[in-house]
Amino acid sequence: MISITKQVQDRINAEGERDYPNETCGFLLGRIERNDVRESDDIIPVVNARETEEAYHRFVILPQDFLKAEHEALAKNKNIIGIYHSHPDHPPIPSDYDLEHGLPFYSYLILSVKDGKADKLTSWRLENDRSGFAAEELKV
Amino acid sequence: MAKVLIPTALRAFTDGSSEVEGAGKTAGEVITAVTESYPEIQKHLFDEEGKLRSYVNVFIGDENIRNLGGLDAPVHEGDVVTLVPAIAGGRP
Ligand SMILES: [Zn+2]
Repeated sequence: MISITKQVQDRINAEGERDYPNETCGFLLGRIERNDVRESDDIIPVVNARETEEAYHRFVILPQDFLKAEHEALAKNKNIIGIYHSHPDHPPIPSDYDLEHGLPFYSYLILSVKDGKADKLTSWRLENDRSGFAAEELKV
Repeated sequence: MAKVLIPTALRAFTDGSSEVEGAGKTAGEVITAVTESYPEIQKHLFDEEGKLRSYVNVFIGDENIRNLGGLDAPVHEGDVVTLVPAIAGGRP
């Protein structure tokens, strides 16, 4: 289960609408409690490094941006606990491409953006054997 | 022996360790040594064809191995090898 603050939801929605029709992406900061309950109260938006003509259905976060975010999180005494990205005009369900490139451990939040308006936000976790993504309960 | 730093996302496969050791003279050998000690991590680092997954970046010190000859990049005693994920995804 992951719970995010209203502010985090609002910010992800705003990022998704701003970058439409391209995909937006970034990190979720927060902490992980003992029983794997996750709480996020902050995000770090990242520039989608995919070439412009591909950014409508792809995103990539470069290793240097990852390291920068990790340091920023540490400085705030938080951890990167997940990654959010948007699916412009597409359901908020992980794609085969997400599966191929997904990392275990992180909560993958996916926001569907329909006609430029933020729609559904969902959360997913990659199975440790990479067989697929499992839906994760998301609370705001 | 090189020290290998494991990203948070993959620590579940190294018994929670953020730092493990790998023997080898090249980046490829060191990473392979890590997968031999921790077989569960294998499929997250390499794809079915045995190629490094696109999101796995390997640094020796501060330098990406891409600029050092890829998996053949030489590793010296005491070097720190860092696995850094690039994050990718999208929709169909
Ligand atoms: Zn996606």
